[in-house]
Amino acid sequence: MAIIERPAPTLPAIVTPTTTYGVLKRPVSATGWRSWVFTVDHKKLGIMYGATAMFFFIVGGVEALLIRLQLAAPNGKVLNADLYNQMFTMHATTMVFLFVMPMAAGFANYFVPLQIGARDVAFPRLNAFGFWAFLFGGIFLNMAWFLGGAADGGWFMYAPNSGPVFSPTNGVDFWALGLQITGIASLTGAINLIITVLNMRAPGMSLMRMPIFTWMITVVQFLLLFAVPVITVALFLLSFQRNFGAQFFDVAAGADPLLWQHLFWIFGHPEVYILILPSFGIVSEVLPVFSRKPLFGYPFVVFSGAAIGFVGWGVWAHHMFASGLGPVSVAVFSLTTMAIAVPTGVKIINWTLTMWGGKLWFTTAMKFAIGLIVLFTVGGLSGVTHAVAPSDTQQTDTYYIVAHFHYVLFGGAVLGIFSGFYYWWPKVFGKMLNEKLGSWNFWLMVIGLNLTFGPMHILGLQGQPRRMYQWTEARAGEGFFNFAFWNLVASIGSFILAVGILLFLINVVITARNPQKAPLDPWNARSLEWMTTNPPKEHNFDVIPTVHHLDDFFHQKYEEDATTHIMTQVRTAEEIMAEQERNAEKHIHMPSPSYWPIVLAFGLPVITFGLIYSHLISVIGGVIVLFAAYGWALESSTAPDSDFENNSPGSGLDKVTANHD
Amino acid sequence: MTDVIHGHASSTGISNVKLGMWAFLGSECLLFGGLISTYMLYRGRVTGGPRPSQIFDIPFTSVSSFVLLMSSLTMVLAVSAAHKDDDRKINLWLTVTALLGATFVGGQVYEFTAFYKEGLGFSTSLFGSSFYTLTGFHGVHVTVGIIMLMSLVGILKRSSVPGKKAEVVEMIGLYWHFVDIVWIIIFTLVYLIPV
Repeated sequence: MAIIERPAPTLPAIVTPTTTYGVLKRPVSATGWRSWVFTVDHKKLGIMYGATAMFFFIVGGVEALLIRLQLAAPNGKVLNADLYNQMFTMHATTMVFLFVMPMAAGFANYFVPLQIGARDVAFPRLNAFGFWAFLFGGIFLNMAWFLGGAADGGWFMYAPNSGPVFSPTNGVDFWALGLQITGIASLTGAINLIITVLNMRAPGMSLMRMPIFTWMITVVQFLLLFAVPVITVALFLLSFQRNFGAQFFDVAAGADPLLWQHLFWIFGHPEVYILILPSFGIVSEVLPVFSRKPLFGYPFVVFSGAAIGFVGWGVWAHHMFASGLGPVSVAVFSLTTMAIAVPTGVKIINWTLTMWGGKLWFTTAMKFAIGLIVLFTVGGLSGVTHAVAPSDTQQTDTYYIVAHFHYVLFGGAVLGIFSGFYYWWPKVFGKMLNEKLGSWNFWLMVIGLNLTFGPMHILGLQGQPRRMYQWTEARAGEGFFNFAFWNLVASIGSFILAVGILLFLINVVITARNPQKAPLDPWNARSLEWMTTNPPKEHNFDVIPTVHHLDDFFHQKYEEDATTHIMTQVRTAEEIMAEQERNAEKHIHMPSPSYWPIVLAFGLPVITFGLIYSHLISVIGGVIVLFAAYGWALESSTAPDSDFENNSPGSGLDKVTANHD
Repeated sequence: MTDVIHGHASSTGISNVKLGMWAFLGSECLLFGGLISTYMLYRGRVTGGPRPSQIFDIPFTSVSSFVLLMSSLTMVLAVSAAHKDDDRKINLWLTVTALLGATFVGGQVYEFTAFYKEGLGFSTSLFGSSFYTLTGFHGVHVTVGIIMLMSLVGILKRSSVPGKKAEVVEMIGLYWHFVDIVWIIIFTLVYLIPV
């Protein structure tokens, strides 16, 4: 619903919708599926992002289990070589583009406006469009499975291997075009969140008072803003080569095979920070709350995050040490790669010192956060070994690399995301996840992931190459270094990991059925998102807060004694909420739901589908996009005042509208 | 965006749409950066078909470049008219800008046809592929700009543009100037600097 009228907030106010094209009325449903499909509410979209990403996490996880089944014993027979190639390509593509990135987008959508004291994002319809483009792009990517086979070139799809000669099915076309669509989603999301953070902050919320999660998300959005167009170029070149006979990667015509590698990794390396920084942000919220101390060295955490954002652009060629770049390039990129470990190390130290001397409270969220610190450090250390070019040349394309990036991505990004689930679940759904089950969830995941990815260090250093669909007994080695033993351990570990994740899903179901509501401020939290009801009202805050401190919510609850520096509680969260309700602003006009985001997003896969099969279909898709774009442009983001009932003349003065566009 | 009192002014003082367009243009810099790098890598690699120096018609392209740059001037006049809320002049200058842009795109179509007849196809050589891709992307950007300009003229006639008029004109103006600046770089690197 687009309006909240006081003093009867429970009754849906009546809106007479305006029309677009003189025919189509704005959607107004406050309940049922229409309230989700046409919503522009950042909180609903955040939940939709999360649920969809979770679905793709399961898809990618099943793909991973099939890979581990195949490799559990010598001469695996579960998958044939062709299917195995598709499996590892789509596993990585799904996990990177359809799970971690959109899951981070979900957290960002939900919490950034709440953390900066805003009522919505800067461009609510663009936000909805981003979600639908991601969903349709993800479906489009996976359609290839049923239409002749999925992409099979590995997630970095090196050319000319990804050309029509070695990848004759349409899989790579679906991959390249599908990633264009999810790229559009990321780009619109990035612009939206950057403008939200720059422009929509509550009074007093200066940049250096923003919660770390919001800071890290901001850095990520800048990385996306500049990295996405680079892969867009690469994907266009690849599509033009495959579909229109361009020669970009045709070595016989004099093409440079390194062009793709450079373009891909100029995107690809910032991409790894795009994956990890949101989780860094989450644990930077969780650790202070459960250590009952402010974050140690807040400005250092902010600036080291920003430093990672900058230096992340200068390290891409460490993915290419084996390609013969020449000694100068290799030396430069070795040094920058070692340098980027510094700001990352700064963060680890800050988190550790946050816990130092704190009253630690080992909730599941806290356990996952500590898990991230430990396991990400393991992955970070093996990452530093890649900076040593001679050593890296030996490790390239072995399981050592697979071990490294799973420690940083699973041990880092995914554990951070799970920490966020347990921490913010009461905020989003109004109920606490079961802590006992959460503990099992955590320990099974940690044991499972160490058993899965730990042995890969050994396998890799012994020379097991990645992306080979079988390993043979004859080359398996002997004793401690025997392939058979460690491959079996890794495969068993992957199933323990899967059980851990299954427990999380069970926990979600149990929590949903549990009638018990979460307390208003279950963790004694510090930042503004907790200064709302659980779950927050549609307009987030009854009164837009005025911010005086970093961790403003904490400082509203506690006051410091001037001489002893002891913090004593002066107000409870309930009292703060009650005061807000008393002073609630009237006539809050929220952005109105719209048909156009989903229609516009739907046009995109129609266009790309047509590019593969028949250009006539593309024309239809183009018409849909154009039609939706005009519908969008002709309708205002927030329904005009005349649409709202109870709009008596003269009431304009106490009307409050966020400046949405 | 409605015109009621804003309870929540923008923190930077710049409106969301304008700041959003700036962010988008920042992203576009990297898009053209990638395309220009690809062209610079491949412009000398001609295994078959004509070389750049054999087909470029510098005087012709100079004239069409001049036309495009002039459209930036008319765009400025449109923005200035929008700030003065002079509807007649907004319409006039937006239309002139679109016409100049269309002239440029027409020139590009003519040029592509001429090059194709002289033997430079999209798949003739690396030079051909990267030349058509780079200039084609720019041409598409100009075309999208023309569509936006003409749509704005149409919508303004119905006087139902959501949001402040001057703001929308200015936002499209930012895009238009960006596309023109990119052309200055492309024209210099592609046409003027010899291989």
